[in-house]
Amino acid sequence: MDFIKINNVSKSFGRVKALENINLHIKEGELFGLIGPDGAGKTTLFKSLVTLSQTDEGSSEVCGLDTFKDRKKIRNIVGYMPGTFSLYSDLTVYENLKFFADIFSTSIEEGFELIKDIWLQIEPFKNRPAGKLSGGMKQKLALCCALVHQPQVLFLDEPTTGVDPVSRREFWQMLKSLKTKNITIFVSTPYMDEAILCDRVALIQRGKIMTIDTPQQIINSFPYTIYEVKSKKIFDIIKLFDDWDNTHSSNAFGKSVHFISSKKDISESDINSFLEENGISATKIKPIKASIEDCFIEFMSNNKV
Amino acid sequence: MINNNPETTVHIKDLTKKFGDFTAVDAISLDVKKGEIFGFLGANGAGKTTAMRMLCGLSLCTSGKGTVAGFDINLQQENIKRNIGYMSQKFSLYEDLTVFENIRFYASVYGLSSNEIIKRSKDILERLGMSGQRNAFVSSLPLGWKQKLAFSIAVIHNPEIVFLDEPTGGVDPVTRRSFWNLIYEAAEKGTTVFVTTHYMDEAEYCDRISLMVNGKIMALGAPDDLKKEFKVGNMDELFYLLARDTSTL
Repeated sequence: MDFIKINNVSKSFGRVKALENINLHIKEGELFGLIGPDGAGKTTLFKSLVTLSQTDEGSSEVCGLDTFKDRKKIRNIVGYMPGTFSLYSDLTVYENLKFFADIFSTSIEEGFELIKDIWLQIEPFKNRPAGKLSGGMKQKLALCCALVHQPQVLFLDEPTTGVDPVSRREFWQMLKSLKTKNITIFVSTPYMDEAILCDRVALIQRGKIMTIDTPQQIINSFPYTIYEVKSKKIFDIIKLFDDWDNTHSSNAFGKSVHFISSKKDISESDINSFLEENGISATKIKPIKASIEDCFIEFMSNNKV
Repeated sequence: MINNNPETTVHIKDLTKKFGDFTAVDAISLDVKKGEIFGFLGANGAGKTTAMRMLCGLSLCTSGKGTVAGFDINLQQENIKRNIGYMSQKFSLYEDLTVFENIRFYASVYGLSSNEIIKRSKDILERLGMSGQRNAFVSSLPLGWKQKLAFSIAVIHNPEIVFLDEPTGGVDPVTRRSFWNLIYEAAEKGTTVFVTTHYMDEAEYCDRISLMVNGKIMALGAPDDLKKEFKVGNMDELFYLLARDTSTL
């Protein structure tokens, strides 16, 4: 069953088209990722789905309820964690949680099963003002507050932005275990590597969705062979490739360059001799599988955005 | 404190910052060489921002000593502020000023003369291919251009070192890479780059990195050397190995 339906949704702010004809259906129980950089339209879409703003065109449904006509009903069944820390800094950890339970006319006990695993990690600090928590702890508290009324669907707007790699990994583990409790989760992130942790993803850039699929399928559909070129001088190599007429694209990925040729039958030794002619030696050249980031870069160049 | 080594832009020894009973930065020591790209990594709350603020002359250390761009961090904070560049993702350009107004504003803050400002802004706009956007509002520029402009403005006074605080957070993969090209160009011209990031692939682009955990530097060296030292395959694993314990705090 499609749990979230977004049909032909557009929204502009002045001349800027924040969302352009978005169509997206998310199934019940799905962990769905909206992947894109700042300014792609992620927050605008989330705000419209949790009924905090209206779109100019199109319509959306959450659990069969219209995001405009049925907005009051929707507010009771969604949990929302905005991109910026939005709890009360001067209330304690416990007071914040109690507050959210109260305004949804429920109790912490009633929703406890759902938040238990996360709550136990912050319980030792329950009397500390929320503003004095570390980044990772704030995030955990915000997640508890978004879950305390036992929502059917969770909207998480960039929960891991600016968060270090360790806390990011932990956060995704929490999402995985929440998924077993049959909550639909719609999460946005600018980190391409998190796509792989979702059931399905949409890649979004400048208000347009570039593709929707399982991360594996997006990777499998990548139309080119990528050569991983390892060398100590990756930025020199990229400069060289950029001026080579056999180059489709070349991008730095950590200690290596991902090179795609515009020539179908190019070989590792062709690439190697080109580099050597230009006085650079590569320690390794081999074809590799695309990552979501490779796919995103390719989609961006196709859409000329 | 006098830094006798002209090849070192940052030289700190046992730098410590306490807030009450809490030691945010715990006796860290490091040298950053001239023209080096130095990655300053660590978990949230590890003390990176506190340490950076001391290096930029914005906060005094509780104990320890050091120099930045040749100036004493305990005694010459004003000189440090004037001789470093700084850019973060959150604070960079004024969206409601034009491109030129932004350049003029920052150049004036750094005390450049009117003639210099005109010359430097012409240079910057030509180099970035943005001469046609001189009078455009910054808010109307694509993100990639904003970033390049912000970086050029951060080094408008030719500082010996530029501090970049998560310059690529939330940025699309293409813009992120073109930003690193700028960093490389600046380093090639001899500008020292001190950068923080949460992208572990970017840690690999640095000449050396340090990794802070609970206020202490737990690893310091070239990415390849550290991978060997800690027997891990990539920087992500290194980060996970060393920083895992702190994230629950």
